[in-house]
Amino acid sequence: MREYLLGNAAIARGILEAGARVVASYPGTPASEVVEILAPLAKKYDLHVEWSVNEKAALEVAIGSSWTGMRAAAVMKHVGLNVAADPFMTLAYTGVRGGLVVIVSDDPFCYSSQNEQDSRRYAQFACIPCLDPADPQEARDMTIYAFELSEELELPVLLRSTTRVSHARADVEVGQPKETRATPQFLKNPARWVALPAHARPRHSVLLEKQDAIKSALEKSPWNQLVLQGRSELGVIASGISSLYAEEAIKQLEAEADISFLRIGTFPPPEGLCSEFIRHVSKVMVIEELEPVLEEYVERVARVHNPDIEILGKRSGHIPREGELDPYIVRNAIADMASLPLVEPPSQSLREAAAILPPRPPALCPGCGHRAAYYAMREAFGTDAIFPSDIGCYTLAVDMGTIDTCLCMGSSITIGCGIRFSGEERDICCSIGDSTFLHTGLPGLLNAVYNKAKITVAILDNSTTAMTGHQPHPGTGVTASGDKTKSVSFEALARALGADFVETVDPYNVKATIETFKRARDYQGLSVVIVKRACVINERRAGIMRKPFMVNENCTGCRECVEFGCPAIEFDGDSARINSLCTGCGVCAQICPNDAIEMVK
Amino acid sequence: MKMKMKMKTKTKTKTSECDIVVVGVGGQGVILLSSIIGKAALKAGLPVRSAETHGMAHRGGSVINHLRIGCMFGPLVPVGGADILVALEPAEALRYAHYLSKDGVALVNTKPVLPSTVTSGQSKYPPLEEILAPLQRICRGIKTFDATKLAVKAGNPQTMNVVMLGALSKYIPLREEMLIESLTESVPAKFLDVNRRAFELGKREG
Ligand code: SF4
Ligand code: SF4
Repeated sequence: MREYLLGNAAIARGILEAGARVVASYPGTPASEVVEILAPLAKKYDLHVEWSVNEKAALEVAIGSSWTGMRAAAVMKHVGLNVAADPFMTLAYTGVRGGLVVIVSDDPFCYSSQNEQDSRRYAQFACIPCLDPADPQEARDMTIYAFELSEELELPVLLRSTTRVSHARADVEVGQPKETRATPQFLKNPARWVALPAHARPRHSVLLEKQDAIKSALEKSPWNQLVLQGRSELGVIASGISSLYAEEAIKQLEAEADISFLRIGTFPPPEGLCSEFIRHVSKVMVIEELEPVLEEYVERVARVHNPDIEILGKRSGHIPREGELDPYIVRNAIADMASLPLVEPPSQSLREAAAILPPRPPALCPGCGHRAAYYAMREAFGTDAIFPSDIGCYTLAVDMGTIDTCLCMGSSITIGCGIRFSGEERDICCSIGDSTFLHTGLPGLLNAVYNKAKITVAILDNSTTAMTGHQPHPGTGVTASGDKTKSVSFEALARALGADFVETVDPYNVKATIETFKRARDYQGLSVVIVKRACVINERRAGIMRKPFMVNENCTGCRECVEFGCPAIEFDGDSARINSLCTGCGVCAQICPNDAIEMVK
Repeated sequence: MKMKMKMKTKTKTKTSECDIVVVGVGGQGVILLSSIIGKAALKAGLPVRSAETHGMAHRGGSVINHLRIGCMFGPLVPVGGADILVALEPAEALRYAHYLSKDGVALVNTKPVLPSTVTSGQSKYPPLEEILAPLQRICRGIKTFDATKLAVKAGNPQTMNVVMLGALSKYIPLREEMLIESLTESVPAKFLDVNRRAFELGKREG
């Protein structure tokens, strides 16, 4: 059966067909859809699917399931693996029972991320196998294979996707979800599951001994393939999605050049295939996105099998180490190796486009409570205060002057503490979203209380994980599969962590929000302000409608409301106008000094 | 702007039967439009590859989807290689015009969506003629029409993307029945009629 599937849907499909029992994840672009697709199917297939509070929790939940013998997957974006790195590294020592696949989606070019780290390095670091799918079909097939390989080796397997695989769509051949599973049973075995030093040392040796088994399993796997055996001295080795770009380029150049092509889908790469390939060519172009993982491997193999070979790729400057590859870069790299003329890549945009087009950056939605929260924060603290911020939709407000830092999930509070402890004396107001606060902000707040940081922490609570597609979290009272659950109280949490000043305010009430921030600023100690207003997209989906606002004849053209930045407010030269995007939050009406904005009657 | 718009075969080795880029503003339905075509290609038994924009850009940002019908390679349409550029918004048509091949065709909805940089007065939105002139220069032909207005006429402004699909239908190597079947499966049943009307209105413009 063939279906037209998103890469992440193909991965979800693979998880179902492999008969996994537990799937845990924290949302993050480009990985979120795997769980979004599985969650509604959970009951039908007797699957536990959860949004965990963070990636470390997600991986540990998956580990628990695996240790009972049940297959499990943990799904996350690349930087999520940093959060899960602690269990990840030692898991390689303890190993697994039920197949455990860690599914990580990298984001070359940082489309929706703060960095473009290459997760294949993590697999190398942990000494576990890594699979690098090129397209949705391979993503599905490799997912199923990964569970089998994991059980065969008793090791976790890393399935490394990228944005262009996770968010690619293609026709994919799928099979049936697996119906039968073993019975879960946790077998007590302290020497395996208790990583005391005395147990860890021998387990490290076991891991190292398994390296040969990993190599021979991958050597036989179908993911590494000699695609073309040319007669010339030229060869191309490529992995993941780069192998598709390479294959296309070789096809386009086939009339002019005879090139051998080896396609790699596993790490470590297959030594036998690689060494044989290297022996037959005198020049090889290694093509992969981000880090030179494959290139370094080819260099190592070449030292033994063909020291005279010329290895081209990142070191030679043909293939960049940053950003994503595209058909042009790859075509020209191969053409250059074959001494064929390069084609001038058409300019990245037309002259006119650069000259006359207004930029269209993503922006907070009309009526978004975050915009109002930041407006009030700026009014209360002034622009000279320091505003450490965090990761979420609210980071889109970077032009409002209330976002001075953004590093990684949960870092706003702790960076704020450090700025305070450095001796910096200005006011500090950190902002962090509800989901991010629950992800890694909790220990940060506890740390701030414990170490007596005089800062203000604003929890921007829109009751969802908005940026990644509106997933629920422990503050929302529903689970991934839609079941009702306990809804955690941010006020109670903040108090339990030791904050004495805790107030909640609705950002649609501008005056009250400014006043609350002022009290928080003047409080002699750590203060927490919970700025609570549901995301407008969720409100709309829930059928909540408000009357829109309009500008009346009192408008003097002072532009105060325009400066506020709501996309529903336009300025036509003399006066403001409110367009059809207005969601009726009423904040601009409170900002207008001339009583010129009123609700449509 | 009358012209013959038959697909011309590319001179070099063909690696894709038809390369399309669909561009617009987050929320306009770029992904739905692309996936209706993709599913239709599947029905026709053609291999299809596509690359979508998800995530951050969807908060009113500029989005591009790549779609390759009859292709077994990577999902990205090479710059200068698109047979068709479908723009749900005029400024976005120009922003991604460099994807068009010189034998390509552009279908452009002329109804602007003002970016926040314009509503806030930081930038100006250029006049339509200035946006369209460079497009006319670089490709084989362009078709322009107010698809948003046609969608309203069909009964729902949200069906603008389906108006564009109707306009596109005669340029792609897929039979109309396949597209309609795929459209039927992709929209809620109660909106099918309005979407069918939108498709028909668009088809007249293509
Ligand atoms: S703040 Fe009021 S008076 Fe000033 S431009 Fe806006 S609507 Fe007009
Ligand atoms: S009421 Fe004002 S601020 Fe709120 S959405 Fe409408 S125009 Fe924007």
